[in-house]
Amino acid sequence: MSSGLNDLYQQLILDHNKSPRNFRKIEKATHNAEGYNPLCGDHFTVFIEMDGDVIKDVSFQGSGCAISKASASMMTTAVKGTKKEEAEKLFEKFRSVVTRDIHKEVDDLEELGCLGALAGVAEFPARIKCASLAWHALHSALNSNGAVVSTENANAH
Amino acid sequence: MRPSSEIITKEVERTIRTPLNIARIREDFPILAQRVHGKPLVYLDNAATSQKPQAVIDSLARYYSSQNANIHRGVHTLSELATYEYEKARGKIKLFLNASDSREIIFVRGATEGINLVAQSYGKKFIKAGDEIIISAMEHHSNIVPWQLLCEQVGSVLRVIPMNDDGELLMDEYDKLLNSKTKFVSIVYLSNSLGTINPVKDIITRAHKRGIPVLVDGAQSTSHLLVDVQDLDCDFYVFSGHKVFGPTGIGALYGKTALLESMPPYQGGGDMISSVTFEKTTYNALPYKFEAGTPNIAGVIALGVAIDYVRAIGMDAIAAHERELVNYATERLSATDGIRIIGTAKEKASVVSFVMENIHAHDIGTIVDREGIAIRTGHHCTQPVMKRFGIPATARASFAFYNTTHEIDELVKALVKVKEIFGA
Repeated sequence: MSSGLNDLYQQLILDHNKSPRNFRKIEKATHNAEGYNPLCGDHFTVFIEMDGDVIKDVSFQGSGCAISKASASMMTTAVKGTKKEEAEKLFEKFRSVVTRDIHKEVDDLEELGCLGALAGVAEFPARIKCASLAWHALHSALNSNGAVVSTENANAH
Repeated sequence: MRPSSEIITKEVERTIRTPLNIARIREDFPILAQRVHGKPLVYLDNAATSQKPQAVIDSLARYYSSQNANIHRGVHTLSELATYEYEKARGKIKLFLNASDSREIIFVRGATEGINLVAQSYGKKFIKAGDEIIISAMEHHSNIVPWQLLCEQVGSVLRVIPMNDDGELLMDEYDKLLNSKTKFVSIVYLSNSLGTINPVKDIITRAHKRGIPVLVDGAQSTSHLLVDVQDLDCDFYVFSGHKVFGPTGIGALYGKTALLESMPPYQGGGDMISSVTFEKTTYNALPYKFEAGTPNIAGVIALGVAIDYVRAIGMDAIAAHERELVNYATERLSATDGIRIIGTAKEKASVVSFVMENIHAHDIGTIVDREGIAIRTGHHCTQPVMKRFGIPATARASFAFYNTTHEIDELVKALVKVKEIFGA
């Protein structure tokens, strides 16, 4: 496998794809939002249960490619128990890492922890939307307009 | 000055050997010699766009370096030469489609614009509120949306011929859809996502029994099947030049003279008029009535050269070689565990769509790309087809006459790698 592919399809990502974490519906969800990529059909719903300012529980359901599904799964493990602002900050960092040259983002990469596994996506421009989809849905759910987030909206990168 | 495309035709003819010498033909396509990610390019995305032979590329350069002038309006030498070359290309397309008259060939940007032209010109004039338009379940979005727009504008209704699990249209259902309210049928000849060859001649005959005109979307069929618009007896036929080894941004609409004559212009401007005053404008004759503004002259001339190239190889030889490729790909992919082919019609050409168990098409596309293999992954602008088969997307290998069975072996090798990565 070429090094680029090795970076993209790491064991961690393949594992999250095969056995996604928090892959369920939260019946008592206080917030939820859909993320949809009309170009490839990736479609996820993110559920959140807020306790004050804290994301008490977060989950997702839906279908998509390995990158989008693993990213959604890893996202839920990363933001569970964090405050809304922290989750939003993490989204910003994640976004900057997957959309830019990974070597310039070493600091961000360290802060991202296991989410950094998705940094390899930066080398595959066509797949950045896959990695970001669930995060856009999370952002929309947190800001609770509940609208379907499409990767083809103007601000969806 | 000697018209250059005659020279090109002779050059082209010299390069072609019968039976098809694929290795020799591939030398005519400079892009095919490229390496992608360090691997020889295996281009299997011909349904999206085809590659261009050197003769087509050269004709663009030749036009701009020695013939460039506006057409139909100058008495100077260059303008006459450009006009001659442009109109000669129209004649080549007339021959290629076996239209009865060159005036029945209208240059447009591509199949999409051709369909929009018919929907907006013919449709707006002759289709009224409550009338019905029939399309099929396997249409490309470009043969769905223009009719939906028309339906919104005039209040007509879109009806859809369903298909079976193999991706074949249900002709009995088509018969049931045809009724006194049906005013138009628009149907794809060769499905871009399933590879199905539809029985368009039969579809046309059944519509004509009720006096209903039929448009055939030839975006895919034109480069793979011998098309004879008089034999089909279709009323309109559209295709895109870039899928027939010509440049992007140029294509043609064929329409029967009487129908084209009855239709109002699609766009207004220069070249489509015979006289203009502020009180009244008289429209030009066919085909110019539908060619407002300075057209894509270079594109038309280069498309003519592409048609020369294809005709020199011969559509029969092309169809035979591609049948071999489709059969070989079908055999090899079917024999690989975890791969399921979508679109198993008895009559198929040039396209093999497939899905892999528990692996999304986009992951397949990314991984095989690193092996130098270009395939299309996604819904192929046929979302209703994906919905019909209950899948989000497919991976699609689509062939041209320059592809080889060796390239299919490379694809299968890469797909085995995909399975390894996913531990499947």
